[in-house]
Amino acid sequence: MAVSGKWEPKIVAFLCNWCSYAGADLAGTSRIQYPPNVRIIRVPCSGRVDPFFILAGLQKGVDGVLVGGCHPGECHYLTGNYSARRKFALLKSLLEFAGIEEGRVQFSWVSASEGVRFAKVIEQVTARIRSLGPSKRLVKDPPQGVMHAAAHD
Amino acid sequence: MQQLTTEIRQAARKLLQEKKVDVVIGFERGSLPLRSRPCFVRKEEDVDRLVWDGCCENNLARYVAKSKEKMAVVAKGCDSRAVVELIKENQLSRDQVIVIGVACRGMVDRLRLEASAAPRPILEMEEKEDLLLLKGSDFEEAVPRSDFLCDSCRTCTHPNPVLADVLVGEPADEKNQDSFADIEAFEAMKSEARWAYLREEVDKCIRCYACRNACPLCYCPECFVDATLPQWIGKSTDRSDTLIFHLMRAFHLAGRCVACGACERACPVGVDIRKLNRKLMKDVKDLFGYEAGLSLDEAAPLATFRPDDAESFIVNP
Repeated sequence: MAVSGKWEPKIVAFLCNWCSYAGADLAGTSRIQYPPNVRIIRVPCSGRVDPFFILAGLQKGVDGVLVGGCHPGECHYLTGNYSARRKFALLKSLLEFAGIEEGRVQFSWVSASEGVRFAKVIEQVTARIRSLGPSKRLVKDPPQGVMHAAAHD
Repeated sequence: MQQLTTEIRQAARKLLQEKKVDVVIGFERGSLPLRSRPCFVRKEEDVDRLVWDGCCENNLARYVAKSKEKMAVVAKGCDSRAVVELIKENQLSRDQVIVIGVACRGMVDRLRLEASAAPRPILEMEEKEDLLLLKGSDFEEAVPRSDFLCDSCRTCTHPNPVLADVLVGEPADEKNQDSFADIEAFEAMKSEARWAYLREEVDKCIRCYACRNACPLCYCPECFVDATLPQWIGKSTDRSDTLIFHLMRAFHLAGRCVACGACERACPVGVDIRKLNRKLMKDVKDLFGYEAGLSLDEAAPLATFRPDDAESFIVNP
């Protein structure tokens, strides 16, 4: 929660080392403003992102998950993002089918030279997740008597 | 049915006599009525234990993965599809297994039969053409077979074995098309309603993993639910953990599930397990044009890609 006491969405972004992460870096060094709601986790490739990472995030209480990779055809490992694309198409559809709100989990391609695009992606993703409100459906309730970390912030 | 039993025994006897296999995996009569159970025949004199009827509900491909023996396996359409998937996934070599394919007429749903006769217990069932003759201590009743088929058999599109070295019985009619009407109806519901439905379903789950154990394609030496380093999900029946278990179990079968329904029949508490599997089956078919277990040459959908795969879901500001 932000200092003002107003709810702010907390978003985890899994960014591939070669494109999206570098894109985020470029957005930073270029001093492009984007919402501060994302927490970035660097992964070697979007193909490295196990669906479990995404579900674990939602279970621990993040409000949204973004996965970023290289544009199709530009993967550092040649085909990692193609495999990821098939996997995520199924995962996204399955989660929505199961009643997880559309937009909680999003995917995008951002290249290393696209600092501006990175900022736009974050703006769009944050706005969507903000409109959904706090994530509740997959969140695991803390065991009784244990204080939830989220209660502190 | 008696005819099929005879033919299966003949085939099994021949294979054991000629020492072509070490073991024949088939079904024998169970100790309870309406139950046939998996049976492993290694000696010629045991061949007459083998039977075939409408209660052969297990998927016998469950027992062939990672075995070193030469095996013959009695396989319905779905069992044979699972064998194909296992061969493709290098869990089994083609020359290690002889498939005794049985043209399947669908298995009967034991629970529904028992409910229809309740409170009178069914002690015996006989199959005559399209009728099931149920016998109890004080009643005898004939019911139409088609009314009591398992759910997975109603939507079955491949009752005939896709892979068979020996074929038993007359190949059945394969006109049945699976329109996924149940999945479409569920998709049309509101997100809240879908969530409420699945929440209720997983709340029944006792995390016994019978679904996983019955599945012919769950052969990992260590399942993610058993892993402790890292521990992916909690082991209690917490709703969030249980739902994630069901989502991930289904996801691990994406493009591999052969729609046998063994998971759902194994479930002791009646969770609608196939809902998620069928959704993925539908998506895999729609997006990648793939159906599991139909051919030995086709690449698994998640192990391959096309440069022009659909990507309308990608955020593209």
